[in-house]
Amino acid sequence: MIKKIKLSIILLIIATAQSNALIEVDITRGNLDPLPIAVSPLSADKDTNEKLTTELKIDKVGHEISSVVENNLRNSGLFNPLNKDAFLQKPNIAHLKPRFEDWSLIKAQALITGKVTLKDEKLRVEFRLWDVLAGKEMMALAFTTVPSNWRRVGHIITDKVYERLTGEKGYFDTRIIYVAEEGPKTKRIKKLAIMDQDGSNTKYLTLGNELVLTPRFNPTNQMVTYLSYFRNLPRVYLLDIETGIQEVVGDFPGMTFAPRFSPDGKKIIMSFAMDGNSDIYTMNLENRIVERITNHPSIDTSPSYSPDGKYICFNSDRSGYQQIYVMKADGSKVKRISFGKGLYGTPVWSPRGDLIAFTKLHKGKFYIGVMRTDGTGERLLTENFYQEAPSWSPNGRVLIFYRETKTDSEGKGFSAKLWSIDLTGYNERMVKTESDASDPSWSSLLSN
Amino acid sequence: MNLSKFFKNAFLVMLACLVLSACATKKVQNQMQGDVYTGTETVEYLASGVPDRVFFATNESVLTTASRDTLRKQAEWLRKNSKINVVLEGHADERGTREYNLALGERRANAAKDYLMTYGISANRISVISYGKERPVDSGSNPLAWSKNRRSVTVKAN
Repeated sequence: MIKKIKLSIILLIIATAQSNALIEVDITRGNLDPLPIAVSPLSADKDTNEKLTTELKIDKVGHEISSVVENNLRNSGLFNPLNKDAFLQKPNIAHLKPRFEDWSLIKAQALITGKVTLKDEKLRVEFRLWDVLAGKEMMALAFTTVPSNWRRVGHIITDKVYERLTGEKGYFDTRIIYVAEEGPKTKRIKKLAIMDQDGSNTKYLTLGNELVLTPRFNPTNQMVTYLSYFRNLPRVYLLDIETGIQEVVGDFPGMTFAPRFSPDGKKIIMSFAMDGNSDIYTMNLENRIVERITNHPSIDTSPSYSPDGKYICFNSDRSGYQQIYVMKADGSKVKRISFGKGLYGTPVWSPRGDLIAFTKLHKGKFYIGVMRTDGTGERLLTENFYQEAPSWSPNGRVLIFYRETKTDSEGKGFSAKLWSIDLTGYNERMVKTESDASDPSWSSLLSN
Repeated sequence: MNLSKFFKNAFLVMLACLVLSACATKKVQNQMQGDVYTGTETVEYLASGVPDRVFFATNESVLTTASRDTLRKQAEWLRKNSKINVVLEGHADERGTREYNLALGERRANAAKDYLMTYGISANRISVISYGKERPVDSGSNPLAWSKNRRSVTVKAN
């Protein structure tokens, strides 16, 4: 269904200057002063440009790749890519030896340069990151890949730059799986869709014949688990997005829902509703063994593992209303952790392990927030009429969620969109999608 | 003179507003008890005098007196029509998280199922499906719309 992404990136370290810490970007705080960075278009000779124009139907692949990088950096909220019109030096010359005075004149603190060549049907992209103020090269890398992967090259460059400047892994060479929505609110048509993290390359994985909800990535490969109403039997399914093969998970005599993978990707944890009561179960994907994790007459749902696989956070109304609980992976030692005012749902453990993101409903408003895994340090990041279901970026710095608008008295004006926000509560922005969208899930980094 | 006329008109407008808003409130009140829908606008009938649905309070799956009355009528109709099987479709309003609402819809439909069973309808004639908040009948974002959407609907399966 989705063409297998064959990316054979040969990572050549040209000459990594082991310089002492130069520019640094602090990502632990809301960054109100993003780092001015110049992304020079990647240079390409005439021959390369002509061949790529025919093959990829894009003019100037070097410009396009640098736009991908620029857009990623801007959306991160940590960088301020400068206007290219102000650049004085030509891309090919800058890549060899930047004239740092020219770049500091336009207030750039960092500079990205690069070069694209086509050799034996392969795209070779090299890039360098420069510290303008210190007048030094910070990093130099080259990749070789098939030309159609040019956007991914842009994402990988961004990841490398982000990592070099912030000290943490990036989240740009990733994808988002979500539910694409259309039609009136009372008869919504929903399809599984997947796109690059920046909204490009959207592909639809189902046709919309049956209701589908809550897709989630396997953190270790390109498998997805989701809820489908195929034949009016709501069940958890497993989908291989490379082959398009899907299968129902387990043989349950009732609705299974709220699926997620374990961090090692070998289990699916989900709710199973029996006689009106929802409890949490796991199924081992290797030996198909089903285990019951909770056994309580209340609703237990939205389970999510800690990254070490030792604990599970989940949503239960055993206290009377929806609250967040943590237990050991075998279901023992259940402990309520949410005690603030209002209702709490959709807990999801950060990939860094230290926080749990959640949705909170209080006095008619919905919030996305985070708390420590013992429930202390609750911090609400954003408030709206309706929003829920946060999903973490693989580096645990950004949350993506969906937001729905209020309709008027005639039920008009409804929309559902994806939004992202930094853990700091800054940099809230709408994520572009081709149609209305909900239930986003962020993949792991596709390359490292 | 002009000024007093203005005030007179303003007063009349205000009075009209008050009367209108009182009417609006009364209308909503007539259709809800607490926050449970008691109107008939969305109700369909399985047979004459047999309403197809029951309504719930926010976050609740407890059957109200009116709901039990409706379900007894459904049970009586099902006893008379022993070849008919039904699906109970449980729903929630849009003011909750998707996954919890799926569980809540399931719980509501099962509350209705249990009641039908206590009135002699065999479990194998009843199947249950939850749609959570996925299939509202009223697309409005207001308390009355939400009350219509918190429901369990009995649908003929054959």
